[in-house]
Amino acid sequence: MRLSQAWIVASKDFALFRKRRNIIYSIMVIPILVTCLVSFVVWYIQHKANGTVSPAELTVLLPAFIFLYMILSGIIPTTIASYSIVGEKVERSMEPLLATPTTDGEILFGKWLAAFVPGVVAVVGFGAIFMIAADILSHGTLGYYYFPNWSSTTVLFLMVPIAVILSVEWNVLISSRVSDVRIAQQLGSLVLLPFAGIYLSGELNLINLGDINNLLYITAAMAFVCLLMLYAVQATFQRETILTRWK
Amino acid sequence: MIETDGLTKKFGNLTAVDGVSFKVGEGEVFGFLGPNGAGKTTTVRMLCCLISKTSGGARIGGYEVGNDGDSLKIRKMIGLVPDNVGLYEALSAYKNLDIYGRLYGCPENQRKESIQRFLTMLGLWEKRDTAAGTFSKGMKQKLAIARALIHDPQVLFMDEPTASLDPESAKTVRDFILDLKKQKRTIFLNTHNLDEAQRICDRIAILNTRLMATGTPDELERMVGNRKAVIKLEKMSDFVVDSVQKKFPSAKISVEGVQMSIDIPDVEMKTPDIVQVVVQAGGRIHFAGAVGSTLEDTYLKLVRRDQ
Repeated sequence: MRLSQAWIVASKDFALFRKRRNIIYSIMVIPILVTCLVSFVVWYIQHKANGTVSPAELTVLLPAFIFLYMILSGIIPTTIASYSIVGEKVERSMEPLLATPTTDGEILFGKWLAAFVPGVVAVVGFGAIFMIAADILSHGTLGYYYFPNWSSTTVLFLMVPIAVILSVEWNVLISSRVSDVRIAQQLGSLVLLPFAGIYLSGELNLINLGDINNLLYITAAMAFVCLLMLYAVQATFQRETILTRWK
Repeated sequence: MIETDGLTKKFGNLTAVDGVSFKVGEGEVFGFLGPNGAGKTTTVRMLCCLISKTSGGARIGGYEVGNDGDSLKIRKMIGLVPDNVGLYEALSAYKNLDIYGRLYGCPENQRKESIQRFLTMLGLWEKRDTAAGTFSKGMKQKLAIARALIHDPQVLFMDEPTASLDPESAKTVRDFILDLKKQKRTIFLNTHNLDEAQRICDRIAILNTRLMATGTPDELERMVGNRKAVIKLEKMSDFVVDSVQKKFPSAKISVEGVQMSIDIPDVEMKTPDIVQVVVQAGGRIHFAGAVGSTLEDTYLKLVRRDQ
């Protein structure tokens, strides 16, 4: 595996993304909206709810908000990966790319990098901005800075990257089966369901998402699924399969 | 430079390429003629190490096609112009070439020089910063050819390079291929354009899943063997016809108006002698030549016989 070859493939995709506004919007707009919205909720609780929310309730709310960023980590790579792979199919540019002295693994890793890097940077970056905003806004009620803590660090720096990888893998599999970017995005978005399920379980008090042990169990399960999907992706991303069977 | 030996590709029960054997020499332009579905693209994909072969063998530049260790070396020494150009339409012409130059490992200075040279040669230098998606089909095809040449490959595979181009663009592309031929590049040209194959290729293979025939355009033209000498006179006379018949007793002569067709073996060699007899008999010649069987006749005969 030559990382330089993979990086050329990724940098080519970055150059293409810069030309597509909808990809830029999906990387920037949704995280900005989520960050503004949850920060506003924290501000509202502080200034308008007149003390009806106790510090204990706030410490349940904040980890749930940080978990929203894991859901985001499924949305952004979905848009990028669908354009990266289905876009190549639509433009029929995969054949000349495969004819270069680049291995299947290098192309796949390049595609993975192209979806992973902006996804992780956007989610972790905006998650960090939310943590700073939430600390400033909640300090009055809590009397201390809630973030960073072990659970938020685990979510942002462990679970989010794994969620992004899962999302990219899922989208590679989906993209091999469809030839329309929008359908790829719709089907690719299904990867959000398990993340949303975990979030809802936290909201319904079925899982305590503030408990570091629970988060590590979830992370281990996600990493296991990630490995299984990697085998499926490697089997799908073979040059002969791409040229003769991908629809 | 390219050698195949019983090269076969099966997709399940379907045999796409069946035991194809041929050799292409260095600096040769080799045409691969065949109807749609004949296995031309599949053969090119096998030779470019894009898909595996089912059986048989193939070598390019001494490297074994299908051998994992040789695949990258083969891909480094070849350039491919696929049937669909597959450009990055949102990126500029320059950027399209630059990406491929980097993927082929060309050093930056060489890359810049090659991009400028090929874009200038193909008349695209002024459009270097324009998105490839705005180009006409002909310009896209030229850009795809430049992309395949960016690393100065020893062998160039071209899959239907003029298909779906207007006549003017097709001529530009053909002229460029002829320029490449002068540079002694080995070119493997997939086409179903007989005229193009005849004008460009040193040798031609006719494929219809199996290899039907291989030879120079002239050899293939003569293959069906019904070429005749045709003499068009200012005025036809019995004396001229009798003189020719007397000189060539085995010839079958038919006359239609002022045109005389002479069916005789080894027609190319005997045409000058026929002309001499006609002139000696007082005939004034408007046209003389060996006509009849063409590459198209051979192609159709072979392909229809196979079907």
